[in-house]
Amino acid sequence: MLANYGYNDGSGDFFITIDTDKCMECEDKPCVAACPVEILESFTDDYDDHVVGVVEKHRNKIRYSCAPCKHASEERNIACQKACPFEAIKHSW
Amino acid sequence: MITAGLDVGNKFVKVVILKDGEVAARGHSYSGFDQKKAAEDALSQALIIAGLIREDISYISATGAGKAEVTFANGTVTEVGAAARGVIRIFPEVRIVVDVGAEESRVLKIDEKGKVIDFAISDKCAAGTGSFLEAMSRTLEIPLEEMGPLSLEAAKSLPMNAQCAVFAESEVISLIHMNTSKPEIARSIHDAMASRISSMVRRVGLQKEMGMIGGVAKNPGFVRALERDLEVTILLPESHPDFVSALGAAIAAAEKIS
Amino acid sequence: MPEGKRENWRWEESRWENPDIDWKKGKAITVGIDVGSVSSQAVILVDGELFAYSSMRTGSDSPNSALNAVNWAMEGTGMTLDDIQYTVGTGYGRVNVPFADRAITEISCHARGGIYMYGPTVRTILDMGGQDCKVIHCDEKGKVVSFLMNDKCAAGTGRGMEVFADLLGVPIGEVGQQSLDVDVEPEPVSSTCVVFAKSEATGLLRSGWSKEKVLAAYCSAMAIRVKSLLDRAGMEEDFAITGGIAKNLGVVTRLEKQLGVKAFKPKYDTQIAGALGAALFAQALLAKEEKEEITIATDCP
Repeated sequence: MLANYGYNDGSGDFFITIDTDKCMECEDKPCVAACPVEILESFTDDYDDHVVGVVEKHRNKIRYSCAPCKHASEERNIACQKACPFEAIKHSW
Repeated sequence: MITAGLDVGNKFVKVVILKDGEVAARGHSYSGFDQKKAAEDALSQALIIAGLIREDISYISATGAGKAEVTFANGTVTEVGAAARGVIRIFPEVRIVVDVGAEESRVLKIDEKGKVIDFAISDKCAAGTGSFLEAMSRTLEIPLEEMGPLSLEAAKSLPMNAQCAVFAESEVISLIHMNTSKPEIARSIHDAMASRISSMVRRVGLQKEMGMIGGVAKNPGFVRALERDLEVTILLPESHPDFVSALGAAIAAAEKIS
Repeated sequence: MPEGKRENWRWEESRWENPDIDWKKGKAITVGIDVGSVSSQAVILVDGELFAYSSMRTGSDSPNSALNAVNWAMEGTGMTLDDIQYTVGTGYGRVNVPFADRAITEISCHARGGIYMYGPTVRTILDMGGQDCKVIHCDEKGKVVSFLMNDKCAAGTGRGMEVFADLLGVPIGEVGQQSLDVDVEPEPVSSTCVVFAKSEATGLLRSGWSKEKVLAAYCSAMAIRVKSLLDRAGMEEDFAITGGIAKNLGVVTRLEKQLGVKAFKPKYDTQIAGALGAALFAQALLAKEEKEEITIATDCP
C-alpha cells in the first residue's frame, strides 16, 4: 500500500508517502528512531501487517514538524529517508 | 521634498505623507471593494491633516496586495521592500521583521542597510493571518480588539488540534460547550496562531533582534504568545505598527526623486 | 422553524430498510458504525446482505451518536443490540463506539464499502466527507492499494460547502442544482482557503453577481481542488464518489468534465460507504472467529 500522510492546502502539497509493502518486510524500522522529532511510529494496520506511519497529531502539520530536516538555505538531509534500507519513504516537498 | 506612501491592504488602505524625511500626516480608510477610491479617500484625509494639496507631492509610491489598483501612483514598491525600509527607519538594529496583516503574513531577514536577505510569506491560508483571529473573535463573540487583552488574563493554554480556521471554529465551539473560560480559549487561539508564525521565523532563521509590524502587532496577546514561543523580546513601534509599510513606501518614493 | 432561523447547512438525514430480508432467519448479524465529525451512519448486514441503514448528524458526544445511529437503523424491525453478533466502529470517532468489538480505519472501510456499493471494477474511490477528502485506490476485493487523505483544510470538504450555503442563504441540498442554473460558466473563485474564498464571494455579490453565479464559481473551484488531489494520488478507472458531496451535482458534473471521466451512479446513500465497509469487516471477522472456535472445539480431546 502507498500510504500518503499529510495534507494539501492553499500553499501546496505536503505529503510523506510510505510504501508499506516494502515497509512490512523491514524488521527494525530504523526510520522511527532516526526521526529527530518523532513523527513516525510502527503499528499493525487493518490487514495485520506490521508497518510504519506518521503519528496522527503530526499529520496536519508535517510541513512544520519536518522543518528541522528541511532548512531553507542548507542542504536537505532527510533523516527518515536516509535510515530506510528499502527506499520506502518519499517526501512530496 | 514631499512624498506619499500608500499601503493598499486587503482590509485597510494606509497612507503616510513624508516631508523632508519626517512623517507629516497619516490617513486610512476601509479597502472595501473599490481599492482605488479607498486609496484616494485615505490620501485626501492625510493631505487635509498635513495642510497640503495633491500638487505638493512630488512622488506617490504604492505597495500592498492592491497596489496595482492605485493607477494615480507614480510607482510601486514590493511589500517586502516597503516593510524593510520602514522597519530600518524605526529600528536600525532589527534583523528579523514579522509582519502580520489581515490576509498576509511575512517574515523578513534584513541586513543593517535594510536589504532583504531572505523572507517567507503566507497568504494562501487564513490560519497564519489576522483573518484567523477575526474568525475566532466572531465565534467567541468578543470584539477583535478585546481578544488579545483577554488572552493575557489566562494562566494556561490548551492545544488546538485544528489547523484550518473553519475547523478551528468548531473546536472553539466545543471548548465553549465544555465550559472552558473565554480567556483560556482566547489564549489557546493566540498560541495556535503564534506557533505558525514561529515556524516561518525558524525557516528564515531566528535572531534575537526581532521587530513586529502590521495590524496584528497592535494585539498584545499575540505579541506575547509569539515571544513565549520563540523565547525572545519583540520590539514594537511606539505607535501605528500598521503604518510602517506605508512609511516604507513613502521612503521608497523619496529615493526615487533624490 | 421561524423565518430567518432556517439553518441552510442542515442536510437530510436518511434511513432505509430492505423489505425482502427477514432478519430473524439470518445466521450472522453484523453492524458497522461510522462516527464522522459531521454525520454518523450505521449499517446492518444479515448474512452479508444489506438489511438496513441510517445516516444522521453527529451529536456533540460520539458514544451517543453511535448508539443513536444504530437504534434508528433497527427501528421498527424488532431487532435489539443483543441480536448483533459483531460490531466494527470506524470514522473520526471510531474509538468512541463503546459497544464495538473492533475499530478499523475509515480508509480501509471506505474501500471495502465502496467496492460493495459500486462493484468490483471500481479502482478509485473519492470520498468527500464533512471534514475531509480521501482518495483511495483498491483492488477487486476492496483492499487498499494506496490512499491519500486531506483533513487539514476545509477547502474541498462538506464543511467548506456549508460555509457557502450559509453565506448565500441556500439550503445545502440545493447548492448543486442552483449552481448549474447559469447561462455561462463563470471563472472559479481564485482563493483555495475557505475564509479567503468567502471574502472573495462577498465581493462578487456586491459587484452584482447572482447567487447562482457565485455558487457556480465555488463549485467549480471545489472541483479543481479535488482534481488536484486525484492527480496527486493517480486516477484510475472505474471511478466512484462517496460521501455527502457526492450528492452535489454542481461539484460532481464539473469534476467529471475536468477529469473526462464519468463517476459511477450510486444505488444507495453515498454517505454509508464507511459504515458499510465496517459492517463487511465485522462479517469477515465474525466468520474468522467462528472458524477459530470450531478449530479449538475440534482440537479439544
